[in-house]
Amino acid sequence: MHELSLAQDIVEIIRQYVPEDRAGYVRTVKIKVGPLAGVVADSLDFCFGAIVGDTPLRHARLDIEATRLQSVCSACDTTFTVEGSSFLCPQCGSIDNSLVSGTELQVVEIELSDLPAGEI
Amino acid sequence: MSVITIERKVLEKNDEFARRNRTLLESHGILALNLVSSPGSGKTSIVERTLEHLGKDLRFGVIEGDVQTDLDAQRVARYQVPVVQIVTNGGCHLEAKLVQDALAQMDLAGLDVLIIENVGNLVCPANYDLGEAMKVVVLSTTEGDDKPLKYPGMVRNASVLLINKIDLIPYVGCDLATLRGNALKINPHLQVFETSCTDARGIAGWCRWLREKEARKS
Repeated sequence: MHELSLAQDIVEIIRQYVPEDRAGYVRTVKIKVGPLAGVVADSLDFCFGAIVGDTPLRHARLDIEATRLQSVCSACDTTFTVEGSSFLCPQCGSIDNSLVSGTELQVVEIELSDLPAGEI
Repeated sequence: MSVITIERKVLEKNDEFARRNRTLLESHGILALNLVSSPGSGKTSIVERTLEHLGKDLRFGVIEGDVQTDLDAQRVARYQVPVVQIVTNGGCHLEAKLVQDALAQMDLAGLDVLIIENVGNLVCPANYDLGEAMKVVVLSTTEGDDKPLKYPGMVRNASVLLINKIDLIPYVGCDLATLRGNALKINPHLQVFETSCTDARGIAGWCRWLREKEARKS
């Protein structure tokens, strides 16, 4: 449960791309979260709201996309979605595979409106 | 509406510190282990038994992570090895920057193996690279044989699994084969050892493997 520090990291990334005088234009920040990222989406959303509450970024909201846990079988090359706790390949039953998605925690894009919040 | 596409990892700052730690540790030829588990599974006891067993052959350093106290560092210091305590003050995991600060307090030239004992938690530490060569996860028999299924992120990221407290199996109804099977279903590459820090079963095997690993490090 370290969503507060993750939310702070997200705010820091936004600030690297959006100058202070444009912060009021930020509407949506798209985040990708994998099932193995160890992140509770609701908690991250809550923490982000709490951090930006009194700042120019207060009109920004997180759009959190939950990605799927996917793996590629090392034996037969099938890409499959890991359901529950079974990492077995549904095609050939091999247990040897490499994850291709599911651990990510990424800021994907920032959407800014053409007008600051008060003028919409 | 305008869109800025960025694709940045939220934990990139931690990953950068971890990369620096890894480079530093490798440049000194140090094998670094990130020891992770739930609270009370026996991480500190594993460190103690390992130091007893290999302390004469290898030069160890220990970084102790704890939410609140320096009790574990006091235990480890009895073995006359350099130990640095990190108290996270409630923080649920160690971060690479904290480890960097701890490394600055150690004489790295005098070390072969660094054991970083993480905060007891099977969720958060899985996603924070500290710059280690490998994660060693400890699961104790008292936690139940279904634990690997509940914490796939950690089991997946680990290289070694120590199934600890095997001396308690008669009392806790844990099936070793099931526990091992559940772990290998998630990560077939796991190196698994069954240990008891009370009667020392399995400690020699784990230490033999660790010694060979240290000898083969690049």
